[in-house]
Amino acid sequence: MKPTATSRLGAWIAIVLGSGYFLLPLIATFEFSLKMKRDGYSFEAYKTVLTDPGFQASFAYSALLALLTILVGIVLVVPTAFWVQLKLPRLRPLIEFITLLPLVIPAIVLVFGYLRLYGSGGWLPLTGNERGTDLLLVFGYVTLALPYLYRAVDTGLSAIDVRSLTEAAQSLGSGWFDILRLVIFPNLKTAILSGAFLTFAIVIGEFTLASLLARPAFGPYLQLIGANRAYEPAALAIIAFLVTWAAMGLMQVVSRNRAALGADEH
Amino acid sequence: MSASSESMPTPTSRTASPPSAARASLLSWLGVAPFLAFALLFLILPTVLLMAGAFQDAQGHFTLNNIVRLFDDNIVSAYKISLEISAASAILGTLLGLLLALAAIRGGLPAWIRPTLTTFSGVASNFAGIPLAFAFLSTLGRMGLVTMLLRKYLDVDLYASGFSILSFAGLTLTYLYFQIPLMVLIIAPAVEGLKDEWREACESLGGSALAYWRHIALPVLWPSMVGAALLLFANAFGAVATAYALTGSSLNIVTILLYAQIHGDVLHDQNLGYALALGMVLITGSANAGYIWLRKRSQREAA
Repeated sequence: MKPTATSRLGAWIAIVLGSGYFLLPLIATFEFSLKMKRDGYSFEAYKTVLTDPGFQASFAYSALLALLTILVGIVLVVPTAFWVQLKLPRLRPLIEFITLLPLVIPAIVLVFGYLRLYGSGGWLPLTGNERGTDLLLVFGYVTLALPYLYRAVDTGLSAIDVRSLTEAAQSLGSGWFDILRLVIFPNLKTAILSGAFLTFAIVIGEFTLASLLARPAFGPYLQLIGANRAYEPAALAIIAFLVTWAAMGLMQVVSRNRAALGADEH
Repeated sequence: MSASSESMPTPTSRTASPPSAARASLLSWLGVAPFLAFALLFLILPTVLLMAGAFQDAQGHFTLNNIVRLFDDNIVSAYKISLEISAASAILGTLLGLLLALAAIRGGLPAWIRPTLTTFSGVASNFAGIPLAFAFLSTLGRMGLVTMLLRKYLDVDLYASGFSILSFAGLTLTYLYFQIPLMVLIIAPAVEGLKDEWREACESLGGSALAYWRHIALPVLWPSMVGAALLLFANAFGAVATAYALTGSSLNIVTILLYAQIHGDVLHDQNLGYALALGMVLITGSANAGYIWLRKRSQREAA
């Protein structure tokens, strides 16, 4: 059955109004970001922002932390998801529940708990020095990314025949480390990559954890600029949007390639 | 390899002696031990300690004083505003997101609209926090583009009429920017699950479009909708950065209050902070419990 003309009109109206709501703030922000010089539009605000050492340092810091988060997250999540599917399918609901908990516990509650547990008075004073705090921040980011990363990897694992691959590798004499490294990881490349890009997008603009752990990340820098400048925040918002867009776009490209590969096989 | 024996349906695994089976299962558990240890250290223990701290005084003795103090006017009103903004942005986000998903998936529009909407939703649902606040200040702030255009061309002065981006309405409008896309992403599979045959069957039995929606589509979508609304609610309730960047610490919502407590902006009272955190976890926790329950239910019905 085809939709009627009226329902199609309604659909168009919904899409046009929706697009308006979503595009208007972007247009307004972009327009505002160009108005730094009094005589007409210019990219002055972008120039100021991009050449600001504070921008470069905080963005580089957050990018590095995002990479570490992805690394730690993958090393933690992939073997676990693999092992659960292969050996402990009964544990699956429990592990899934744990990975969804970060959606339940607000980030601000989590970091409050960290400060109590790992603060100067705690049993493991990670926040006592900068490297320790960085480590805690990375672990916090891994926790925030857990729901997305685990789901991506788990879905990727479901698409391949983990048992047969593992048994084949075992019969050829592979140990667990080799199985993970040579069989499971390559097969999960697309799932891992899409999880990684999402993790990058989450970490790069994160404010609460970095701010309360007092680390010089991009999120707190954004907040500082927002409180003190007029046009630079708009330029930063556009840059942040482009970074998110790039991460999501890469994620789409990766998963589309996978879909195309899948289609070839059938 | 002893660890793999239990997974293989060979006679040997059934005749394996109990001690080695126990060792095999112990080995299997070792495989998830790093993950469980991580979850314990960075997810469960920090939360549980806060929850316990809510019932202790500064010396560590049991007290209900912190809980009682949650009922101070200031804190009650913070919870109230938080709940209202979360509920408003969750309900509006659910309805508008559903409409958008329906339009894109079942509206008979050109094929490119749907993947475009999905991709954009992926971006927008992650475009939260501080940049989002900047974007809305550029749009609906005192000097924002829309504010200026309305004043110039329609002679409407938003701020004179009582609107402010820092108000309840302003914040809700801002939150919708990540709530609607999140809803589109969550509800798309359920909208896709509405089979064309159902509508055809309804029509061939003489049912109107209204009857189709009332008796078929909405009852099918309802559990997913309520579940999604609960998820959106928890999402908004835990948000800090957007509100903080928009309003500084002037807006009295729970996350800002807790942020100020931790940051030491106000009189530092850790145990009251624990109680605030306990209240938040109870609220987001019950919203999510409702979501999980509804998802289970809708899955069972679909099966």
